[in-house]
Amino acid sequence: MELIFYIFGVIAVISTFLVVFNTNPMHAILYLVISILSLSVIFFILGAIFSGVIEVIIYAGAIMVLFVFIIMMLNLGDKTERMEEYWLKSSLWVAPIVISLFFLIMITYIVSFFGNKFIRLNQYISIKQLGISLFGTYMSLFEVISLLLLSALVVTFYFGRKK
Amino acid sequence: MIQLSHGLSLSFFLFLLGFICVVIRRNILFILIGIEIMLNAASLSLILAGSYLYQNDGQIFHLFIVTAAAAEISIGLALLIQVYRRYHTLDIDVLSEMKG
Repeated sequence: MELIFYIFGVIAVISTFLVVFNTNPMHAILYLVISILSLSVIFFILGAIFSGVIEVIIYAGAIMVLFVFIIMMLNLGDKTERMEEYWLKSSLWVAPIVISLFFLIMITYIVSFFGNKFIRLNQYISIKQLGISLFGTYMSLFEVISLLLLSALVVTFYFGRKK
Repeated sequence: MIQLSHGLSLSFFLFLLGFICVVIRRNILFILIGIEIMLNAASLSLILAGSYLYQNDGQIFHLFIVTAAAAEISIGLALLIQVYRRYHTLDIDVLSEMKG
């Protein structure tokens, strides 16, 4: 089980690299789907079954398909791809990468003090427990998130209209 | 048994990759993709903490993060379509009319 965790972590990192430095939007979306699926495998290993299912259904199944539809609607051709290659060649991205490396080194140094704390695998939390907690303790947050979805619906209708 | 620090390091690494994607790209589509990567990494760290403490709060907050991401991405893509209709490009730098 531990080996599976490390293998899928490496797959997630590699496919996210390919997303960040890709010039074709469609290929980037497909690599992002691979990254999300490997993260979902990690969730399953950690025992968060409901989150793994949500990750596959909503992230990979709904949001990524929305991206694919938009890319197909915009009909981006070779011209955009050449423009992307031109933008990626500029030396503007050296400073952000250096800053990110600094942050990464600092954070891994801090995290290394956690030492020998281990996550035990295969501790499943049942969906019944999750539902009791969602509609009991977090009831008000649930209502707020439904209002958020409603407002997103209204805003999308407003932006998406023809002039 | 996985070390907690390995999982958290993976989550931070993915988050910083998303941050690099937001900063260095000039295409609005790739900026939205970078935001997605960052949200995914944050939810991975929440799930790790919830699994370490054996509490279900991590999974519930993952559910809320997914909902917020769906709302945010739908609004962002609607804005992207409006920008493409008006300027016929996806370059974020054309939106500097106010010279702020």
